[in-house]
Amino acid sequence: MSDQLLYGIEAAINGLMTGVMYSLVALGFVLIFKASGIFNYAQGVMALFGALTLVGIQSGQVPFSHLINAVFGTKIHHFSWEVPAVAAILLTIGVMILFAWMVERFLLKHLVNQEPIILFMATIGLAYFMEGVGDLMWGSDIKKIDLPIPQGINETIDSLTYDWFGYGFYIDNLDITAAIIAVFLVVALTIFSQYSTTGRALRAVADDHQAALSVGISLRSIWVIVWSIAGFIALVAGVMWGAKSGVQFSLSLITLKALPVLMLGGFTSIPGAIIGGMIIGVGEKVFEFVVSSSWFGDAMGFTMNATENWFAYVLALLFLVFRPQGLFGDKIIERV
Amino acid sequence: MSDGYVTPDGRTIGEKVLEMRNITLRFGGVVAIKDISFDIREGEIRAIIGPNGAGKSSMLNVINGFYHPQEGEILFHGEVRKPMKPYQIAKQGIARTFQNIALFKGMSTLDNIMTGRFNHMKTNMLSQMIWKGPAAREEQENREIVEKVIDFLEIQAIRKTPVGALPYGLQKRVELGRALAAQPKLLLLDEPMAGMNVEEKEDMSRFILDVNDEFGTTITLIEHDMGVVMDISDRVVVMDYGKKIGDGTPDEVRNNQAVIDAYLGVDHG
Repeated sequence: MSDQLLYGIEAAINGLMTGVMYSLVALGFVLIFKASGIFNYAQGVMALFGALTLVGIQSGQVPFSHLINAVFGTKIHHFSWEVPAVAAILLTIGVMILFAWMVERFLLKHLVNQEPIILFMATIGLAYFMEGVGDLMWGSDIKKIDLPIPQGINETIDSLTYDWFGYGFYIDNLDITAAIIAVFLVVALTIFSQYSTTGRALRAVADDHQAALSVGISLRSIWVIVWSIAGFIALVAGVMWGAKSGVQFSLSLITLKALPVLMLGGFTSIPGAIIGGMIIGVGEKVFEFVVSSSWFGDAMGFTMNATENWFAYVLALLFLVFRPQGLFGDKIIERV
Repeated sequence: MSDGYVTPDGRTIGEKVLEMRNITLRFGGVVAIKDISFDIREGEIRAIIGPNGAGKSSMLNVINGFYHPQEGEILFHGEVRKPMKPYQIAKQGIARTFQNIALFKGMSTLDNIMTGRFNHMKTNMLSQMIWKGPAAREEQENREIVEKVIDFLEIQAIRKTPVGALPYGLQKRVELGRALAAQPKLLLLDEPMAGMNVEEKEDMSRFILDVNDEFGTTITLIEHDMGVVMDISDRVVVMDYGKKIGDGTPDEVRNNQAVIDAYLGVDHG
């Protein structure tokens, strides 16, 4: 096999893994959109907030320490303890559930039956509010995730591919872990929504609010459940992305990467979020690899770089033109 | 008649399931329901009829808690009901259907009717995840009741079909099935025959009578088409412009001058 082809395959596999990381974010969107028709702009910030909270709790940081110091003239920043990883994760999940409850109590409850655009605006507000609270609570410095997540080159794949092709693929262990977690999450969510009573109630609420109420389903508790699950998924996404590039505020921008994934996979499909993420991940890596290669330059007379910034959006745009509901989204039928 | 009565066809009607006392419902300055009182008794088919805009659907929405009246009391099994959310009222055993079919369109017939069992599911989400046993057994029991409903309504053939793809008449039947699956103490039907052809209307009438007959379910239904209602109901409330203008057996109502006027459009001025 030619070297170029091997490099190309390596790029594609890495793209696949990155795509799964996009999917992790997209999953949270799909859940909330399915259950309430809200496009939750704050999903990216929720990922950031989850990761910040986890690191903060684990390292024994004092929440709101800057604020406390400024008001009382104290100099506190950390407690004298560190919280074990498992306990910190459980506490963070608790925080995300509390957050879900607060969103329902102080935001959604007052916006029942409003236009989708108003709910969308509310989530934009929520996003900036949370970013501010996150900053105030935990500070704005870049933090490192301190969890035993495997990272670095996967030796097995490296040596195996070296034996087969004479060229070792560089696949990051972190990406493999993320992929496994994502698959696990999708399977668990699908089983939950298809076969459990709560899952059925969730789908019912997504379909028709009034009818759901009339069979005895409480919209408010369903919304708290959905936002809790979305918060949990955001936490997972935040931790994986945080492990990759440090927990920093630019993390919230992964929202923008999830958008084309959703257009491709469909806003209402859980498997769609995963497949859409993989297509985008592979697509942008392979496209970049091809158009920046020397043989493309020789043939066309030019090369392109940094296509990863826009490729996903162009692909999503094409999909919007030819299949507006996405690959797996519910078909849009307008009865006249 | 305080302890019920016997119908001409020999069914014994029991105590008051629901009693509306001096209900008034306003939307801003518009009075949708004005000082209406009536009761619904155990085992009867009670109809609320009236021309369009008479306030029938508002009355049903008051009963199931979508609307809260400004004045008046609602007694459920003899006790005054506090203002409650619709889902809490559903838990008390009041199920309903809607005038403009409100089904879960993306879900199959079976799943739609299964949602009707929601109130009877005791195991919660957490225990469903941890102990598979009780949850699975409960699912099984509920499934059996749902299958009975499906057999009863003769919709076996469409069990797995997404209801959005079904014709109108069948959708109405699935919606009735969802309400029946809850095994309600009181079943509210909002224009169950609206938009149906004669044959579908006959089918629906038969199902309503059978439900009442076989399960002893108390039924309250709304219609503006007098014909069918008079045939199947035991007692009829007639509404016009938010007021009650008649209440009694179909025969009594038919001969009531105010009712005749309302339907023929006699000038009240």
